[in-house]
Amino acid sequence: MSMPAPSRLLFHAVVAAAFALMLAPVVMVMVISVFRQEIVSFPPPGLTLDWYVNAWDRQEFARGFVSSLQVALMATLIGVPTGTAAAYAIARGWLPGKGAVNTLLLSPLAVPGVVAGTALYMFYLRAEFWIDADITATLHGLVAAHVLLTIPWTVRLVSASLAQLDRSAEEAAANLGARPFTVFRRVTLPMMRPGIVAACLFSFIQSFENLELSLLLVGPGRTTLPVAMLSYLEFRIDPTLAAVATVQILLVGGLMLLTDRFVKLSRVV
Amino acid sequence: MGNLVLEALCKRYGSSTAVERVDLEVKQGEMVALLGPSGCGKTTTLRMVAGFIPPSEGRILIGGQDVTRRPAHARDTGMVFQSYALFPHMTVGQNVAFGLEMRKVGRAERDGRVMEALRLVRLDHLADRLPRQLSGGQQQRVALARALVVNPAVFLLDEPLSNLDAKLRGEVRMEIRALQQRLGLTTLIVTHDQEEALTMADRLVVMERGRVRQVGTAEELYENPTDPFVAGFVGRCNLIEGRLEAPGGFRAASGALLHCDVEAAEARPDAALLALRPERIGLQPDAEGGGRVAAVTYLGAQTEYLVEQDGTSLLIIRPTPTLADPLRRLAVGDAVTLSWEAAAARLLPAAT
Ligand SMILES: Nc1ncnc2c1ncn2[C@@H]1O[C@H](COP(=O)(O)OP(=O)(O)O)[C@@H](O)[C@H]1O
Ligand SMILES: [Mg+2]
Repeated sequence: MSMPAPSRLLFHAVVAAAFALMLAPVVMVMVISVFRQEIVSFPPPGLTLDWYVNAWDRQEFARGFVSSLQVALMATLIGVPTGTAAAYAIARGWLPGKGAVNTLLLSPLAVPGVVAGTALYMFYLRAEFWIDADITATLHGLVAAHVLLTIPWTVRLVSASLAQLDRSAEEAAANLGARPFTVFRRVTLPMMRPGIVAACLFSFIQSFENLELSLLLVGPGRTTLPVAMLSYLEFRIDPTLAAVATVQILLVGGLMLLTDRFVKLSRVV
Repeated sequence: MGNLVLEALCKRYGSSTAVERVDLEVKQGEMVALLGPSGCGKTTTLRMVAGFIPPSEGRILIGGQDVTRRPAHARDTGMVFQSYALFPHMTVGQNVAFGLEMRKVGRAERDGRVMEALRLVRLDHLADRLPRQLSGGQQQRVALARALVVNPAVFLLDEPLSNLDAKLRGEVRMEIRALQQRLGLTTLIVTHDQEEALTMADRLVVMERGRVRQVGTAEELYENPTDPFVAGFVGRCNLIEGRLEAPGGFRAASGALLHCDVEAAEARPDAALLALRPERIGLQPDAEGGGRVAAVTYLGAQTEYLVEQDGTSLLIIRPTPTLADPLRRLAVGDAVTLSWEAAAARLLPAAT
């Protein structure tokens, strides 16, 4: 890129400002989580890890963490194989109207989470009446909702990796005597692996940190971590929340970096 | 091993025709090149042989057996792809072993044959590398070994040299030809590069717009083209429009009278084109001559002259004359006489 010096300076300044703006809250949360005083003030009166201990001692966070983990794992386990199969069928043109199918599969991402969550809540209430069983406030109800996140993300990531896949490698395998299923198992699937791994990690993240979709669907005693954090916020503000958030940020950030090694997220998201 | 026969092979996409009634036999152990400009249907023909594209019409026979309806995995062809198409997640050794695995060859024999094939392409020391750790030329050789290790009945190559740099291209070209001859492989190779086709193949098939224009050895195509497209595509050629004026004269559309063989003229009274190779035309400085030099291009070993004669422009290529030769001092605007043997002027029908 060649720009005259003043405009290059301006460009870098704007980029730096944008990064600072985005990262400031994250950094603040992490910093506050180790402040000793309950009311945030500068300069800090001292540093401590007590808030982390406090967070772990509070049942709702520990349990929320476990159920978020459960929900995210199950939603990933269901969404990734389904989404992968769909992406493969779309890429190979097996589905009539594949453009429409693709749009349909990606559409949950276009609906605001709160709207989708409310709609699901109302649908679940109706469905409970029909099948005479609990859906709201149950684990499977929550997992079903989160599958609406994991399928679209998987379709997106796996489609991206399928688009780059060299079809002639599959032809070469057939040419060497491999039957269609063997071609899929020995060549196509291994070549799709980076996309699938990325889909697993990213689906997990999306489910794990989701608040809006879960808000109305959780029940007493079965709350996800983001919902637990929100409820805590309604009663008090102290660095305990910052400690929980820091743990969440580190986990999600780590998984993101890992995902990026398999599929460049900047190309897909 | 066996021979490959194509019978009236056609491929249509909707209303457009990619390949139009191709008839061809590649004999046991022979190497035949499909040569033609981009888009003339070479790849489509090759892919029909491999079984990746179903023909619209016609038959494909390998070793006398009709394989037209057989799926690709049951055809016993060995294909080298333009992009090499190596399996990126397998080592070089695993790539080469794949075809043997599919044929249920036992472990011990498999390892032996893989190493043997890799030795053949001088890559046995790189068996444990992944394809992405190899140079383009090395990947190309892995692709060759992978296709050869299974002893395919027919060996297929699609522009195998197009992704290599010029120097490597020459080497690999000779290497492929040597392997093909040593192993006696029945081979069909696709290329748009005539030098590649002329140097590698026993016979060439010149294609244009989905049709075969002429089949023959390099010499036959060059010396004896029967089709204006072939005359212009294989080597360089002066193609002059006009009609015959008996006996032994060809009247160019511009009015110039050019001489040609009397017998040839009798054999093709409908001739509409005269084809004259530039290096078959002699050139003499001659103040009385009817030709005018319009351009001189010095190319080292050769010199090219463009001469205007009675409104017809002719390209002439001569070995660069010595310093003592008066031809060496020929300049634009000089008068010259042109000469050629009557037999060098080939008569062709109108282009279709
Ligand atoms: N799948 C296809 N659908 C429609 N037309 C095609 C298809 N594949 C090839 N063609 C057409 O067939 C012609 C021959 O193509 P190809 O065999 O690839 O040419 P070559 O290998 O000689 O360059 C081209 O005009 C191309 O546009
Ligand atoms: Mg081609």
